[in-house]
Amino acid sequence: MATEFHNLQELRQSPSLATKVFIQRDYSEGTVCRFQIKFPSELGSRIERTLFEDTVKTLNTYYAEAEKVGGQSYMEGCLACATAYFIFLCMETRYEKVLKKISGYIQEQNEKIYAPRGLLLTDPVERGMRVVSFLSNTLIYCHGRSSYQKLAI
Amino acid sequence: MKHCEYQQIDPQALSTPTPTLPPQHAVVQEEKKGETARRKWEVFPGKNRFYCDGRIIVAQQSGVLPLTLGLILVTTVLFFVFDCPFLLKHLTVFIPAIGGVLFVFVVISLLQTSFTDPGILPRATPDEAADIEKQIDNSGSSTYRPPPRTKEVMINQQVVKLKYCFTCKMFRPPRTSHCSLCDNCVERFDHHCPWVGNCVGKRNYRFFYTFIVSLSFLTVFIFGCVATHLALRAQGGRGLMFALQESPASAVELVICFFSVWSILGLSGFHTYLVASNLTTNEDIKGSWSGKSGTEDTGNPYSYNNIITNCCSVLCGPMPPSLIDRRGFMPVEESSQTVATEVELAAKNEINVCQLVLCLSVFVCMAHHHPPLGGQLSGLCSVLCWLMSKCTQGTKDLLESASRSPCPQAGKPQTVSTSCPDSIDPADPAVTFNPDVTSDPVAVPSLKCGGRHHSHTTSPPDEPRQLHHHHNRHHKTRSARSSSKRAALHISNPAYNVSLSPPTSPGLGPSHGTGAEEHVRDSFATLH
Repeated sequence: MATEFHNLQELRQSPSLATKVFIQRDYSEGTVCRFQIKFPSELGSRIERTLFEDTVKTLNTYYAEAEKVGGQSYMEGCLACATAYFIFLCMETRYEKVLKKISGYIQEQNEKIYAPRGLLLTDPVERGMRVVSFLSNTLIYCHGRSSYQKLAI
Repeated sequence: MKHCEYQQIDPQALSTPTPTLPPQHAVVQEEKKGETARRKWEVFPGKNRFYCDGRIIVAQQSGVLPLTLGLILVTTVLFFVFDCPFLLKHLTVFIPAIGGVLFVFVVISLLQTSFTDPGILPRATPDEAADIEKQIDNSGSSTYRPPPRTKEVMINQQVVKLKYCFTCKMFRPPRTSHCSLCDNCVERFDHHCPWVGNCVGKRNYRFFYTFIVSLSFLTVFIFGCVATHLALRAQGGRGLMFALQESPASAVELVICFFSVWSILGLSGFHTYLVASNLTTNEDIKGSWSGKSGTEDTGNPYSYNNIITNCCSVLCGPMPPSLIDRRGFMPVEESSQTVATEVELAAKNEINVCQLVLCLSVFVCMAHHHPPLGGQLSGLCSVLCWLMSKCTQGTKDLLESASRSPCPQAGKPQTVSTSCPDSIDPADPAVTFNPDVTSDPVAVPSLKCGGRHHSHTTSPPDEPRQLHHHHNRHHKTRSARSSSKRAALHISNPAYNVSLSPPTSPGLGPSHGTGAEEHVRDSFATLH
């Protein structure tokens, strides 16, 4: 199993604190889950504006898809009502399926875009869907089945 | 002992689906230690009660839920026992069938309304709260006058004021209200219903609506059937009194149904109106959109202006998941955080000593060049060099052990992997906590081994293990005490917030420095 030796000297050379930047919800279209696309000044030059906006816009699209009141959600609702809501015990709701897709997307974005820039995007579901947060200057370890992987510095 | 093979991924750091992890985590923990990690519902800050290990959530006071259930059960059972046989014989088999279906619907929707999370919003983490405070301060309110704490947003071209919740430390999303009985912010808060013993909010409104509609049908149905039954018995000039004497239970049912049908029908009608106009009881009572303030037409910005669309979106919309992860496991940050601090401080102290020694040795060596000092200085130099080598060796050992310790568990600091070298001896003066040294938040997360669960590299033998047992018990009692006080007193001590809130990064900002310090100092007081 590969292990990594963490040199304290190396860490001391990056003295800035682990900072968090929060992107708040955008309520301009009602209570649907949307996040503000406005680029936060705290991120500064760490990430390109277009990449950031793309990520947030994609997330917004996913959430809109999850919360869409359309044919599939009606069917799900009516079926649930007809079965006295027992169907929720057996079946995963569409919302949950989309949330899983979102987690996968966020992980992929972290690996490809944010981790190389020293940032980490957290899933809004862990914050009660209130904020999307970016963490910077944190070392995160993923103890996989076979090896350590250093993900972000 | 082998390195721990199970996957320990920091749920905050990585956006992997957390529900898949805790069961694994729990299994491994229980197998290895025979102790259970705490689930998040156990430290939930609101005034809710949990059953079936977090699967069922109810309000603190069950209200009159037992009465509701009792009345429904009693009436229906009496109906089936005393009225159905007669009606089955004289009328049709569909009567008990319809009655049965309605009864099942009523009970299931009632239980779902009572036991479902209504849409509770988890409280803001300390970082979020600090960020919001910073934003409020930046907008120029003075520190002495408590700021009004409202934020205005535009929703569908209409200005809506969002209020700041001091308990949950966040600006409430639109249509969210804080229930004082449950001490939670609930999304799309309708009302707190004592009859079902729970709040009615976004996630359980459809169940509540199904409940009252099916209950009104059931009440009307039973009332009608009992009236028919009595009428049939009273036929042939025998009179109502004769019928009542033959079937006294029917009288009981009649009375119950008569008095409840008005209120239930009324409530159903009211909620049908609310659903059709996409309003909540809360908004209707407060008159938020009834245009009380004059000139502008303040309509409901959430309405689709179409009855059918409104009904469908409220009742048949997608079912959002629960945002409070009740059955997730608590990461044990308080003990592991102090452990990490201990390791980091030991390293820092050793490094500080090394730096001092280095400086001294440089100074001495420079002075060595002055002949008068001669032999004494050479002796001093050699001592200093020896000390330096010891320091470097110690630091290296420490770092190696910290990096190689493979046992991330939510646990107890006394759990040790024997593969890690015993690099910290509690008796070693370098480990003594220096209260003046504040923990560097950068170094704390960096010494993590497998996510948030820090390894503890103490020597295995009994005495330090006992010390750490005590240390951990001390923490547990502290957390238990603080969790019980928290709801009542809203302690803003960041140390408590850190130990009790949902997953937070141990890297607290400088504003939390003193709180963390105090926390660490207390634990060290126990340790030594």
